[in-house]
Formats: sequence, C-alpha cells, structure tokens
Amino acid sequence: MTRHTLDQLEIGNTAVVRRLNAGGAIRDRLMDMGLLPGTPVLAEFRSPLGDPVAYRIRGALIALRRSQAREVEIDLSEGACQ
Amino acid sequence: MTAQTVKLCETCPAYDASALKRLGVKVGAADYVVALAGNPNTGKSTIFNALTGLRQHVGNWPGKTVARAEGGCDYNGRQYRLIDLPGTYSLLSTSVDEEIARDFILFGKPDVTIVVVDSTRLERNLNLTLQILEITDRVVVALNLIDEAQRHGIQVDARHLSRRLGVPVIPMAARRLQGIPELLQAVEQVAKGLYATRPHRIHQFGAKLERALNGLIAQIEQEYPGLPNARWVALRLLDADASIEQAIREHRLGDLNRDVEASGTEKAVPAEVVA
Repeated sequence: MTRHTLDQLEIGNTAVVRRLNAGGAIRDRLMDMGLLPGTPVLAEFRSPLGDPVAYRIRGALIALRRSQAREVEIDLSEGACQ
Repeated sequence: MTAQTVKLCETCPAYDASALKRLGVKVGAADYVVALAGNPNTGKSTIFNALTGLRQHVGNWPGKTVARAEGGCDYNGRQYRLIDLPGTYSLLSTSVDEEIARDFILFGKPDVTIVVVDSTRLERNLNLTLQILEITDRVVVALNLIDEAQRHGIQVDARHLSRRLGVPVIPMAARRLQGIPELLQAVEQVAKGLYATRPHRIHQFGAKLERALNGLIAQIEQEYPGLPNARWVALRLLDADASIEQAIREHRLGDLNRDVEASGTEKAVPAEVVA
C-alpha cells in the first residue's frame, strides 16, 4: 500500500489521519487544531492559487499550506470511496 | 461605578445582590486572584464585565504590546482580582497573545482559573481545558453559550462532564447573565478549598521518561527556585519547545512573577464603567 499524505487528498474527499510526521512547533500546532490519528478530514476547497487548502476538521474549517499538509499521513480507505 | 449603576444592579434578579459587589478597577489587596482563560470568542470578556462592572480596561503588561484586562469584585465579603487573558487555543503554541495567556496560567499562580468553553464547539475547546487541568487543580469550567448550543440542538450533560473532568462545570449564557451566581459560588468554593477537585490527567510516562524528567526538574528548580510548574517546563524542554528554550537561555522564565507583582492597581489605566 502506498503512503498518502493530506496534500494528495482530492477536493471533496474524506480521509482519516494515520500519523503526523512533523516535529516541534508544527506538530504541536497540527495537534492543537485537532489533527490526531483517527481524525476524519475533508478537503473542502482550494484557494485560487492552489495553496493553501481548506480542510474540515472536527467541525472547524482550517487552512493548511501544502508544506504542512504533506506532514500528515492519511488513510484513504474510509474516505476515498465516498 | 455610579450610584445609579449599583442601584440598578441590586434590583436585577440575575445578580445575587447581597453577595456580589462589582468593584470595577478599584480592587485593593485582593484575597484571591482569578484568571479567565479560554479559546478566542468564547465569552471571557462578557463574563469579566459581568463580574467587574467594567466595559473595558487595559492593564499594562511591561514590555509587551498586547494587553490583558484586570478588574475586581467582592463576593461574600472576599475580594477577587480578575485577569481577563487573551484567547488561546493551546498552552503549547507560539503567538504573542497565546504566550501571555500561557505564562500567566503557568507562572502567575492564580488561585482559580476559569476556563470559558464554547458549548457549540466543545471538542475543540476541551483541548485547552485538558492542558490547563494538567498544570493546576484549581479550575472551574464555564460552559458558556448554552443558549446557542440549544438553538443548534446540542445538549451538554454538564454534570457528567464535571465528573469526567473532576472540576465544577457551570452551564452559562453570560450574555443574558445566566449562570453568573452559580459561577461565583463555584469559584468561591474552589478558591477556599471547599470543593475538592480531582482534575483529569494523563500520567502514563515510562520509567525512562520519568528519570529524564526528574533530572531536568531538579536543574530547573535549582536555576529558578520557587518556579511553579517546573514539571511542565521540563516536559516542554524534552519536546524541544524553542520558545521555552529561549526563555531559559535569556533567564526570562522568572520574569512573569515580577511583572505580576509590579502591576498593581496604582498603575491601572482608568476604566470606562458601564453607565
């Protein structure tokens, strides 16, 4: 199975967070925003320039840069089929 | 506060007029210091204003551009100094606003910390709540905006939440002054130690980590005698928190305690009072 990261999630699709690869302050920030293993994430829309992307996380809309989203490993199994 | 305001307040049934006197900024040597913490836009300032009678008051925080508000109230003959902190999502973060809130909760030694949470976004708000419960057991949770939650069809079981968190949880609609008397009562009980809190904490560190922690704690305490929450500081160091590392390197960790003592009421900027 290939590893997927959040920046690869298509708009309109949902995935589940598997793990965070970031460290330090970025990791803390991602976890504070509710991105923990097992959390469903919906890629809601892309900004006009393509970066950042707005994600729906635990009821809140959060914008992540591609470089941040790349640090989040996801499981597509539950969401991609929707 | 004008005489008219006091008269109006005393006739308002939402207030336990016999017990609460709103002191505005005129708080002298307070018996208890109470910090108001919470995510942004949860109603901290609404609660602060309801308790103090202030509309806005900006206290100076030496060397910082971002402000915190201070005021006071008298409840059952005891004086409370209230500190309205900037909204924050976390104690682990790095923005200036959030650092002020974090440093006061960690090192300001408030007698009680009121964590104001938004009932309509409870899950997000519990992140900060649990972080605060890790570092202090004198906490009251103000479960605010319950009127809005009800409109969204959300019902929060405050008693169950209180049992799980181990601290009082007071349902409130602060804009309508609902829950203010109950909040005051809970704050008084926690301040006086009449309510024995049992804060929910996660303590499952391995022996190896504990050894590393204890070594660091000893060094921190040697460098900063009497510093509250040395354990938290040690955990942040092990987690490579750059802002904490820098504060230690520049010997700023103890600064806050001096600031708190120095920012007495005589330095307070005159406040606007609700007329």
